[in-house]
Amino acid sequence: MTGAPALIEVEGLAKSFTLHLRGGLVLPVVSGVSFSVHPGECVALGGPSGVGKSSILKAAFGNYAADQGRIWVRDGDTRIDLASAAPRTVIELRRRVIGYVSQFLRVIPRVSARDVVATAARDGGADESEASATAERLLARLNLPERLWSLPPSTFSGGEQQRVNIARGLAGRHAILLLDEPTASLDAENSAAVVALITERKRQGAAILGIFHDLPVREALAERIIDVSAFAKASKPAGVAA
Amino acid sequence: MSATVTATNGAEQPLLVADGVTKYYGERLGCRGVSFEIHPGEVIAVVGESGSGKSTLLALLSQRLALSAGRVSYRQNGHLRDLAELSEAERRRLQRTDWGFVHQDPREGLRMNVSAGANVGERLMATGWRHYGRIRQTANEWLARVEIDTTRIDEPPRSFSGGMRQRLQIAKNLVTHPRLVFMDEPTGGLDVSVQARLLDLIRELVANLGLAAIIVTHDLAVARLLSHRILVMKDGEVIESGLTDRVLDDPAQAYTQLLVSSVLAA
Repeated sequence: MTGAPALIEVEGLAKSFTLHLRGGLVLPVVSGVSFSVHPGECVALGGPSGVGKSSILKAAFGNYAADQGRIWVRDGDTRIDLASAAPRTVIELRRRVIGYVSQFLRVIPRVSARDVVATAARDGGADESEASATAERLLARLNLPERLWSLPPSTFSGGEQQRVNIARGLAGRHAILLLDEPTASLDAENSAAVVALITERKRQGAAILGIFHDLPVREALAERIIDVSAFAKASKPAGVAA
Repeated sequence: MSATVTATNGAEQPLLVADGVTKYYGERLGCRGVSFEIHPGEVIAVVGESGSGKSTLLALLSQRLALSAGRVSYRQNGHLRDLAELSEAERRRLQRTDWGFVHQDPREGLRMNVSAGANVGERLMATGWRHYGRIRQTANEWLARVEIDTTRIDEPPRSFSGGMRQRLQIAKNLVTHPRLVFMDEPTGGLDVSVQARLLDLIRELVANLGLAAIIVTHDLAVARLLSHRILVMKDGEVIESGLTDRVLDDPAQAYTQLLVSSVLAA
């Protein structure tokens, strides 16, 4: 990764949960998390389940609030701290810059699979016809049967939903992709299709931060693994605002 | 915070600014110290239990109720104006043209005994439309747009179902192409299937017309579906606010955690 500036730079991120309904119990998750991801690079978050990998990913999407630290996101020539950005800024970055594939598909009810994906493409700047072409191309490459395209995904199987989810995440041509177990509920063939699509996005210069429990998938995609256990527990759970 | 760089559209100005908006009903607090901005195309949900002050806040912002303290400013012709300075005529014109107000009970927003077409046309006439044929045609288009059978244009909403009445109320509000729409529990009191259809319609209209909207709801699923941002109200004050999915998935305040944990996952 020669000289090109990082697309994500996490500096001293801390995240905990204060459970007010459990007497204010504070669950420290991670602290002092620092790393960066450059264009064309895929970084995997590693460590045992429950260690805080998803929390880091969600913080990098603005879905979880950071207690401390900065999450710098590059948008062209500017660098924006997602941790302190206004909601409108976060929404704008999600449209154009940061894509996210969650573990489970969460979509607007009653919207067809094709439209779910096409909307993401349109948000990323594609025009109407380009957006639906992108949607169909991605759904086809992910082997989602064509007869399902015009149906809302709520009735799909877990694996089918996940492929819609991945198609949506990749449709926007975001420079940053956050992937939470993208191949978790997929068989080998579909898993390979996902790996191929992500590899293409890497070649095009996307910065990818992901959680991949599936070892072959991780080895195929990630250049580096960040062991999240290093940021968990070991650091003191203090300094967290209640 | 720090030298945070604002994303694109830095020049984009807020449409409405609430600054310390406060209301007392005699001794009793309605709402206190509410401040926020809303930009064009932005949808804000105000959530909280009954009595939390959310409907009072909506009435204050929309100038249906006088503030005890604070200020509401609105952008007209490129300038933010304190709405307290508007004359009564100016205020009415704003409410009839540039704003919409969708009541939970459509009977409050419609005239139940005049035809559906006249309900929609009335708002156009209030903005100076005079040509009967054009008014009727536009009303017709809007009825179709909110999925009301246009052969029923001459029937009064009295004969409509609850869901149809609510869609008519929405058509009536949007016919003048407002920039900002206030909605007070727009899907409250409707059957679940009717509610779903209405939500789809609101979502589509708001997105396609680029409307700004402030929606009061006690239903967090409605807030998640429709809004970009959430204000959580309790005892007359905004106790938490932020990006909708952040507030719902990572609520910080005790009361917000209680609200979120009280609903079945949707």
